[in-house]
Amino acid sequence: MTINLNINTGANTPIYRQITDQVRLAVAAGKLAVDDPLPSIRALAERLVINPNTVARAYADLQREGLIESRAGRGVFATRKRKMFTREEGWRRLEPLLDAVIGEAMVLDFTPPELREAFEKKLGQWKSAKGGEKS
Amino acid sequence: MSEQAVIRTRGLTRYFGARPAVHDLNLEVPRGCVFAYLGRNGSGKTTSIRMLLGLLSPTRGEGSILGHDIRDLQPEVRARIGYLTEEHQLYGWMSVRQCGEFQSQFYPRWNEKIFQGVIGHFNLKLAARVKDLSRGERAGLCLGLTLAPEPELLVLDDPAMGLDPVAHRSLIESMIYLTRRSDRTIFFSSHELADVERVADYIAVLDRSVLRVCCSLETFRNSVRQVRLRFSGTPPPVPKIPGLIQAFRAEGELRLTCVHYNSTTEQALRALGPAQMEPVPLNLEDAFISYLGERGEKSFILSETEAQP
Repeated sequence: MTINLNINTGANTPIYRQITDQVRLAVAAGKLAVDDPLPSIRALAERLVINPNTVARAYADLQREGLIESRAGRGVFATRKRKMFTREEGWRRLEPLLDAVIGEAMVLDFTPPELREAFEKKLGQWKSAKGGEKS
Repeated sequence: MSEQAVIRTRGLTRYFGARPAVHDLNLEVPRGCVFAYLGRNGSGKTTSIRMLLGLLSPTRGEGSILGHDIRDLQPEVRARIGYLTEEHQLYGWMSVRQCGEFQSQFYPRWNEKIFQGVIGHFNLKLAARVKDLSRGERAGLCLGLTLAPEPELLVLDDPAMGLDPVAHRSLIESMIYLTRRSDRTIFFSSHELADVERVADYIAVLDRSVLRVCCSLETFRNSVRQVRLRFSGTPPPVPKIPGLIQAFRAEGELRLTCVHYNSTTEQALRALGPAQMEPVPLNLEDAFISYLGERGEKSFILSETEAQP
């Protein structure tokens, strides 16, 4: 299936990162599977009404991460995610994100059990999305 | 990027009486980019554009456009530049078609297909009289007249001003369409930061006649950071921190916006002894406004070379 990308101006996240985030999420959730096509740089730029260099920048990042590849004459496709990071490096990247979520939850007066429950629930949703879309 | 610059100025300055409208402007616009020229009203954008196009002579300093001295621009160089003014000067009695025919006489390289394409994109009728057109339609007509000669360099002075959302979108689409040719450069002034975010590769910011920023949009966004410092008691006075452009003080809290944010900045902030320190996400508008705010250090400029750590 094809992916439906959108962007917002005025957001805290630069446009190229909005694109990479959405593709990463779609891959993680199984909405974008191996060999699924992505729009060309030019086509996506014109549809989103943004500078093609911004799309190119996003695609370059995704390509570096091994999430997409450009096949000569045929377009851009999702690829099997190659393992890019060691476990250790993976944790180093994940930890600040966990800290941010927990910190915010504490500020908002959520209790640890509530947080645990919410985490489990989310995890369940992701699992079903991943299993449900493709099989 | 030097050999590739389509616009370059050195110390370009213009006084009106005793008042500097543009002071010591050093600008470099690489070929093939979309360059946004920003600043508040009266900051000197139009004055500098007029100097670049040879329509106003500088008090001092120099500049070149497409490699030619701006004080001596020949018609064949001017023909390679498309200039869209703020005012959309047109003859009211002409029809849209007549405007096209009239304009085409001045350009050896007139592409009627482009003219028709832009006119169509803005839903203009060829038989319509200029005096009956809305502001958005006039903008579309002027854009068509400016684009049809296929200029190498397009200079747009506040093209979005007064456009309704539909005409505005058509304008941005036209600009993006132009980037198909990688050797075409667009230099535009604007107040619409959403447009800048959509189309600009580079930005320059003028603040009261002085250039304060000239770098890629990405560099700008990466180097302007806001940090929230929380204190258990009253926050200490803010010391001199290099690159500090804005400081807000609240109950038990300091919010500081810095340019060239790096490990040195971070150390300086940690030295204030905050109980907690966290980054505050900034959108382009926040970053821009903190840059042009009244407080803070004004003595430096954010440029591509200085932004490197």
